[in-house]
Amino acid sequence: MLNRRDILKSLGAGSIAASLPSISYANTGGDARLVLIILRGAVDGLAMVPPYGENRYSTLRGELSLTAGKTTTELLKLDAMFGLHPSMTSLFDLYRKKELLPIHAIASPYRERSHFDGQDILENGATRSSDRRDGWLNRAVAFFDSRLGSEAAIALSQNTPMVLRGANSVTSWAPSQLPDASDDTLRRIAAMYSSDEFFATRLAQALDSQRIAGASTNNEIRGRRNARAQSKTLMQAAGRFLNKTDGPRIAVIESGGWDTHANQGADRGSLASKLSALDKDIALLRTSLGDAWSKTVVTVVTEFGRTVKVNGTRGTDHGTATAALLMGGPVRGGKILSDWPGLAKRDLYEGRDLLPTTDLRSLFKGILSEHLQLPDNMLENDVFPGSRAAKPLRDIVNS
Amino acid sequence: MKFDSVIAANRFGLGAKPGELSTIGKNPRHWLLDQLAGPSRVTQAIADIPPTAKILVEVQRLRQMRRDAKKAETEEVAPDVVKQFRSVARKHYLQQTEARFQNAAATQFPFHDRLVHFWSNHFAISVDKQPVSALAGAFENEAIRPNLSGSFYQLLKSVEQHPAMIIYLDNQRSVGPSSVLGRRAAKRRNRQQEVGLNENLGREILELHTLGVNAGYNQDDVTALARVITGWSIGGAGERGRFAEGTPGKFEFRENIHEPGARTILGNTYRQKGLKQGEAVLQDLALNPATAQHISFKLVRHFVADNPSDDVVNSVARQYLESGGDLPTMHRAIVEAHEAWTDAHCKYKSPEDFVVSAFRAFDRVPDNGRYVVGALDLMGQTPFRPGSPAGWPDTAEHWGGADALYKRIEWANAVAKLAGPKSNPLLVGDAVLGPALGQHSRTAISRAESSVQGLTLFLTCPEFQRR
Repeated sequence: MLNRRDILKSLGAGSIAASLPSISYANTGGDARLVLIILRGAVDGLAMVPPYGENRYSTLRGELSLTAGKTTTELLKLDAMFGLHPSMTSLFDLYRKKELLPIHAIASPYRERSHFDGQDILENGATRSSDRRDGWLNRAVAFFDSRLGSEAAIALSQNTPMVLRGANSVTSWAPSQLPDASDDTLRRIAAMYSSDEFFATRLAQALDSQRIAGASTNNEIRGRRNARAQSKTLMQAAGRFLNKTDGPRIAVIESGGWDTHANQGADRGSLASKLSALDKDIALLRTSLGDAWSKTVVTVVTEFGRTVKVNGTRGTDHGTATAALLMGGPVRGGKILSDWPGLAKRDLYEGRDLLPTTDLRSLFKGILSEHLQLPDNMLENDVFPGSRAAKPLRDIVNS
Repeated sequence: MKFDSVIAANRFGLGAKPGELSTIGKNPRHWLLDQLAGPSRVTQAIADIPPTAKILVEVQRLRQMRRDAKKAETEEVAPDVVKQFRSVARKHYLQQTEARFQNAAATQFPFHDRLVHFWSNHFAISVDKQPVSALAGAFENEAIRPNLSGSFYQLLKSVEQHPAMIIYLDNQRSVGPSSVLGRRAAKRRNRQQEVGLNENLGREILELHTLGVNAGYNQDDVTALARVITGWSIGGAGERGRFAEGTPGKFEFRENIHEPGARTILGNTYRQKGLKQGEAVLQDLALNPATAQHISFKLVRHFVADNPSDDVVNSVARQYLESGGDLPTMHRAIVEAHEAWTDAHCKYKSPEDFVVSAFRAFDRVPDNGRYVVGALDLMGQTPFRPGSPAGWPDTAEHWGGADALYKRIEWANAVAKLAGPKSNPLLVGDAVLGPALGQHSRTAISRAESSVQGLTLFLTCPEFQRR
């Protein structure tokens, strides 16, 4: 398989060279890995991590309630207050191994209810969507750039989500059913792109990813087109990328379809199937990471939560605070992190939503600081400027 | 000006077919403006798409069977019913997608078709929700395609009253708490099912379809609009009990779930009764300056640049408002903006643009919907599946992922093999891009070892990847 260095050799120099970070494997710094999973559409935190011990919960949630006795499947109890949705059995195992740390009543600084602005703010790390067009994780990548031989971050999708867009070079990869173009054709295309930086840079990044993912991946999935198989391929590839010593340190995975306005269901139904698929995906990711699981932190986040009360169509509308998940070998799990605000009417945000008591940026800053060892000044000045009030969460990862 | 014909064909149109540049000839602006006059002629395949009402009756009957099967003692759904529903929905989805892309590849009115695609993406529905997958193409042809030669209000009304949009944003069973049914339900004890408002459609009308996010409305406006449009529902269509009335599968205003009373939205009070109330709100929203700004920005972004100057956007918005919200006036304003004619390559093509323009360049029509779905799925733009009501993004920032480019190369390589050895790549390049094909790419194409490789290089060259 052709890679960017082959192309460089074949071209002599050219503008691809300009896009290459200086190559030095001598000091790759920390070995920590991070996987960010973004669930788009606003996940119902009160269903994913239900506060079954709160006495108002069952009444307020009505037919969507996951309280014991109301459902046929057993709620997975985390402590006397919180449970895990019954379909997330693999995550429950992680919790018992103290490798899962759910965080509740968490939200970005965004306080309106638009998915798209909400996602922008989740990803740009600012307080308004118009403030920045680059992502906080891209800004964090600057920390690795001089030390790795190739891009430090990869989007496991054809295109790059906002959280990874910005000045620092990142790459992307997704499964394919098409045969590869021949090396000769690729070499000619690379030569044709040498006068256009936009194309030259992207082709070089794509070729690197192809090399790491390996040609076998393409063959494995040919003819397997259902969503479960594709997601399996994706998780296996994620493991393969993060296992490489000279590969990316950070991977971003996106998942859509969490906007449950109608017929959300309780222990069964549409949300239950989504949560079950997510649970299986994470189990697969863990398997494919193998030994690297011990140095990997996976975090699952969404743009905001959903209304406490059920709406007129057995679903929930856009809300504010929700739950996030943190898991992995180094995570100090087996407990819940929450300054629980309660569900009494006066305790709700605008009388309808779970009140945020933890800033999502505190979670992100905690991970970047304790796990990836980003220095404080970089965290405060470059990655999340203007966020000093949102102090990094501490003691969430063994460093 | 030859360059202007290239811009007309590739930026405003869907990519030149062989011979199109000379058809456009000396007056590219005329060629474009002529396409704004009325609905364009469509291929037979589009005309053959069954109407929404008919499809809805068919699929809702299957969904009802599935619900009945679920309720029956077993709790398990009869697998053949599920399978049947899926295969019927899939059949409609593939038929509609095939028709859409065949029409785009063949049409002599590519500017009109691009506008259809643009507005259909502005009012996006997504097939990851059932039964929308059976309706998305029908929605485009019924609500969008015939409504581009009148006012934006007319288009807006057709969209918000189309069953596909109502289903997609959950409005058919949104019940006003003080409506006849709402009050009756509140009185009943041990009610089996909650009834009440669903604010999804109301919110997206304000945020996505008209004013735009952060345009000065608040949660109270959202809730008020959700109340105003309670009762905007769908007739019969396999439903039972209180939702069975009306012509099956067609828009139905249900007085008995409509929240009565005056409502205030953005400071204006609406005292109309019934359906008229919501239509009056839509009329005001259509002519709100924030709406003018929002839709002008999106149009200019689509035709001029990812980050266009305020001047062009303001000018288009002004002409829109001065014309009383007239769409052809707005579309003409873009054609007449000189900023749209300065650079032949300022927009990075979306995967749809890329695939359609490749078929047009080869003068071919995709003969199989499944093929188009597979190709676009691979490049990250599965037809009619943007995944959210915000639709597909329209910037290079979004489409320019490294892997996305690699997928285009793989697909170009595969499709060039289909286009066959008899095409001369340089002649194709000249016919499609004329003087806009640069010397560097020409050289690369001319040195190719085979015509298949040459066509691959042409489809992947920077000039063809942009419009």
